[in-house]
Amino acid sequence: MTRLPSGGLVDRSVTLSFRFDGRALQGHPGDTLASALLACGVRVVGHSVELGRPRGVFSAGAEEPNALVRVGADPMVAATTVELYDGLEAWSLRGKGRVDPDAADDRRCDKGYLHCDVLVVGGGPAGLAAALAAGETGARVILVDDQPRLGGDLLNSRVRLDGARGLDWAALAGARLAALPEVRVLTRTTAIGYYDHNYLVAVERRPGGERLWHFRARRVVLATGAHERSLAFPGNDRPGVMLASAARAYANRYGVRPGRRAVVFACADSGYETAHDLAAAGVEVAEIVDPRAPGGEVVTGTTADAGGLLDGVWIGSRRVEADLLAVAGGWNPAVHLFSQSQGTLRFDEGLQAFVPDVSAQAERSAGACRGGYGTAEAIEDGFAAGGQAAEQAGFGPVGVLRVPDTDERALRAPAALWMTGPGATQAGGGEPVRAEPVGTEPVLSEPVLSEPVLTEPAFVDLHRDVTVADLARATGTGMRSAEHVKRFTTAGTGADQGKTSGAVVTGVMSALLGVGPGQVGGTTYRPPYTPVSFATLAGRDRGPLSDPVRTTAMHGSHLARGAVFEDVGQWKRPWYFPRDGEGPHEAVRRECHAARTGVAAMDASTLGKIDIRGGDAGEFLDRIYTNMYSTLAVGACRYGVMCGADGMVFDDGTTSRLGDDHYLMTTTTGNAAAVLDWLEEWHQTEWPALDVSFTSVTDHWATVAVVGPGAREVLSVIAPDAAGLAFMRHTAAEVLGVEGRVFRISFSGELAYEVNVPSWYGRSLWEAVLGLGAVPYGTETMHVLRAEKGFAIVGQETDGTVTPQDLGLSWLVSKRKPDYVGRRSHARPDTSRDGRKRLVGLLADDPAAYVEEGAQLVAAPGDRVMLGHVTSGYTSVALGRTFGLAMVRDVTTGDRLTAVSGEAAVPVTVVEPVFHDPENTRRDGDPDPTTLPDVPPDASPGVGPGRSGEAVCPALSPAAGFAERFAAASGERVRLRETPFTPMWEARGTDPGTGQSMAPGAGPGEGSDTGATSYRALRLGPAWWLVVGGQDGRPGWVDVSAQRTVLELDGPGALDVLITGCPIDLHPSVFTGHAQTLLGQAPVILERTASGYRVYVRASFTGYVAEWLLDAIAGNLVILG
Amino acid sequence: MLLIDCPHCGPRDENEFRYGGQAGVAYPERPAELTDDEWAGYVFRRDNPKGWFHERWFHAHGCRTWFAVERHTVTHEIRKAP
Repeated sequence: MTRLPSGGLVDRSVTLSFRFDGRALQGHPGDTLASALLACGVRVVGHSVELGRPRGVFSAGAEEPNALVRVGADPMVAATTVELYDGLEAWSLRGKGRVDPDAADDRRCDKGYLHCDVLVVGGGPAGLAAALAAGETGARVILVDDQPRLGGDLLNSRVRLDGARGLDWAALAGARLAALPEVRVLTRTTAIGYYDHNYLVAVERRPGGERLWHFRARRVVLATGAHERSLAFPGNDRPGVMLASAARAYANRYGVRPGRRAVVFACADSGYETAHDLAAAGVEVAEIVDPRAPGGEVVTGTTADAGGLLDGVWIGSRRVEADLLAVAGGWNPAVHLFSQSQGTLRFDEGLQAFVPDVSAQAERSAGACRGGYGTAEAIEDGFAAGGQAAEQAGFGPVGVLRVPDTDERALRAPAALWMTGPGATQAGGGEPVRAEPVGTEPVLSEPVLSEPVLTEPAFVDLHRDVTVADLARATGTGMRSAEHVKRFTTAGTGADQGKTSGAVVTGVMSALLGVGPGQVGGTTYRPPYTPVSFATLAGRDRGPLSDPVRTTAMHGSHLARGAVFEDVGQWKRPWYFPRDGEGPHEAVRRECHAARTGVAAMDASTLGKIDIRGGDAGEFLDRIYTNMYSTLAVGACRYGVMCGADGMVFDDGTTSRLGDDHYLMTTTTGNAAAVLDWLEEWHQTEWPALDVSFTSVTDHWATVAVVGPGAREVLSVIAPDAAGLAFMRHTAAEVLGVEGRVFRISFSGELAYEVNVPSWYGRSLWEAVLGLGAVPYGTETMHVLRAEKGFAIVGQETDGTVTPQDLGLSWLVSKRKPDYVGRRSHARPDTSRDGRKRLVGLLADDPAAYVEEGAQLVAAPGDRVMLGHVTSGYTSVALGRTFGLAMVRDVTTGDRLTAVSGEAAVPVTVVEPVFHDPENTRRDGDPDPTTLPDVPPDASPGVGPGRSGEAVCPALSPAAGFAERFAAASGERVRLRETPFTPMWEARGTDPGTGQSMAPGAGPGEGSDTGATSYRALRLGPAWWLVVGGQDGRPGWVDVSAQRTVLELDGPGALDVLITGCPIDLHPSVFTGHAQTLLGQAPVILERTASGYRVYVRASFTGYVAEWLLDAIAGNLVILG
Repeated sequence: MLLIDCPHCGPRDENEFRYGGQAGVAYPERPAELTDDEWAGYVFRRDNPKGWFHERWFHAHGCRTWFAVERHTVTHEIRKAP
């Protein structure tokens, strides 16, 4: 044991047991894994990645290149950064870890979003002073530090401030900060990235798992300190060779004697401080080697015992016995974050280091990270920087801080020395490289070579096993850039990202090339500053929450029926509904048969639905669609295609005219948001004078497609008023006693209705339709049915290079309109030429041969000229065979082609793309009713409406299924519940104001259901409001009551939950009203209330947001518990 | 993560927005009268400067307003469009 009997910041009264490579060991609170290992006498903590050389602890911080270990499920972490805990299990590595995908990982990682006036990175003297200066002006300040306690280098040193321990000063500063309500101090938090617009990311190590903080700061003060560096000499990697600052930290902070007999290589004055501290800790300091001394000597090599441990140090021709070599090679300001912020560096000849030069963002470095190494100097600089930052953020006046007196001596310039010894050894067979002194004063004594020295490599990068010889080979090939040398040698590419090696590489290169280090330069600093696990980056976005899952009102019913789902965009859509023992093919065959011969039903709620209003709505649609809409009769529906300006098909769907100035557009499921954006773009940026507005009602309406010759019988029960609708007509109708809409639209060629009810009633409608005998079908059957009719699907037949004409839809492209988006492009030479790929049908010679989607079409087997590709391939129960659709050029009906996919070559014939009922005889029902259905009802009676016609249509709110879990998760700190069925409208144009009979005293955020017409209007955009509450809409308002539901999050912990997923500034002084933004990955409207928040979430996102909130609440409880 | 100042909602993170490319590229008044090359210029060709760029953003997850700013393509500094 090398633990000192007293001293340091470890609590010797408590013992922590841990295991390293299976050995049972002990340490104390306050230890890192590295300090505990050293205290237990473990000197070899791993082996190097390439050469397998034994390696020991080299540093005492994040810069560690050697002591990389596996800890629990963490495949590779630096032992110097791991706080010891009871039961910790660690294993040594050979330079790199290996992820075990099966390792149990019960961490609960999340994210956090905070905004501040001044962000201070680093809790050392400079950072503490900066936070005090800024915080005491009242500014919102965040101070992050990677250590468990504040103090920075004061934790490691024995410096006296005003005659007291430096740590006392830090503790006092910490207490002052803790008393400031707008200051948040985050310890155990490592800032890892500095991005555009003062956006910084940090990892906080919390008891349950890491939190990835995202900070947006008006001003940033970097007080990140400095890293000591080593230099290259033979055998500089032996266990026992350590940075002088690390030796001092182990002695002072951890109460560990890092060796018995030490040599200190003092290229910088910090070596003397280490020598003093080591001596005070009972280490015999055999020699201080200072190249700057008159006739200065240097360390030229090391010797080791049989186990590879350091047992001697060569100083020229002298060998000094030692088991510790503390190397003070000089300091490198930790400019990582500064450099990531795009600030430029310059080489300071006096400091022999790169220091910040010109800032690129609202940022200032303070203290050691800009080369001011003294404690008093750092405090003074930090205070100035913090005060300046607060003033620039609009705060002040800045107070006064007395800079304490220190017992530190003024520092002399370090030796400009990067390597000693014979330089490159003969390992690579090249010429020996002579180390040349760098800088003005020759400081290198000619080393006397002896056998052990000659055979030892001199390392520049311990982690990557890169030596001076490797660098010499790189520069010998003509490389002059540190970036090239990095890629050639891999120096700086390890998990430590070259924190200890970067400066040495530059220095050795400058020696090899005979130019100054400033001319060589360094390599680019990139985030993250320290390694971050993927689990941390993912946070809550994993498993079921990895991407928002959108579900329809019928989802629970689909689950209960055992539907197999398909992802369409973010939607979960039933793919098919297998009955007992059915495979996908049997299920789809049965579903298709039902739709063609009886009656079948599909949940079509996912189709995008856009309510379009205004006097110019028809004119606007004429410009967007290729065909006419201003002439469409009220009550009629029309299929349309819209193109991009490049003339290529962008989306399609049916748009219906609900009134003179009122249309309803449907879009494809995956494109709904893009189409709405597209409409807004043209309206706002090109035709703002047109009177038209767009409101998404996708989530408001649930849609059931009732399809098949028996569809009318179903409609006659659920919506008798609409059963007689003509093809491509629609009507408002009572559906099961609820106000709904019915459209006579067919995507299958069969008699079909699309029945819409507010989504609260969607599940009831679905169950009722199935109760009447409709067979549920999924997207696969829908695809087969439409392909049998030759209907293209945007995104399946099209790929952004297909015009309506290519799809055979020339009849949809108006010749009369003066213009529409894409029209001019349809006259471009490339779009109007012959020989473009066009939509055709394919039939394989073998009716059982499947024509695979994606197969390439060639004229004959073995041909290398691709004529086109298969876009759809199915087996058809109606045709009794396989068939396909394809985009092919230069073919006509009857041509023979070969569909090639992998090894398969299927002979096919080109046919017209309409396979089924080309005369459209089935559109209004079975023309030959004798063949009518014998399909039995799919569900037991009772779920549907009574046959008496009495509606049984219970409403179900989007979060109804969560009520119990919400209640269980609610407690003292956080309460979560749904306020369902709140009437809501979206209003455009003029401010709806507030309801007339608003109860007096009910301010914003208060409930307002006190009067029949009272409501609140949340302004969502420049001329756009969400009207909440009340009971009657107004003309022009779009009913969106079922579009969103309201989740209420109350309690003192509500804010702590929201900041884990909402990136806007939620500070109570800033966020006083409402905002449209993101929560997790879902769009929401967030409204502040007296006791918490209302989250208005779209019905389809409710499941995702509910699960997200429950996880966030549970995560917060874990931390608080 | 850029911080973009929405004229209606104030500063918001970049991921609330959709990028709209170069600003000030108006839809031609009479597309039919343009040569193929002129039309291709409208549809396909955009500036790609090193420096200040006049560009459009759409606050998709907020107020759904299209607006233009100037962004420096090297420093990502953003300022109000003149």
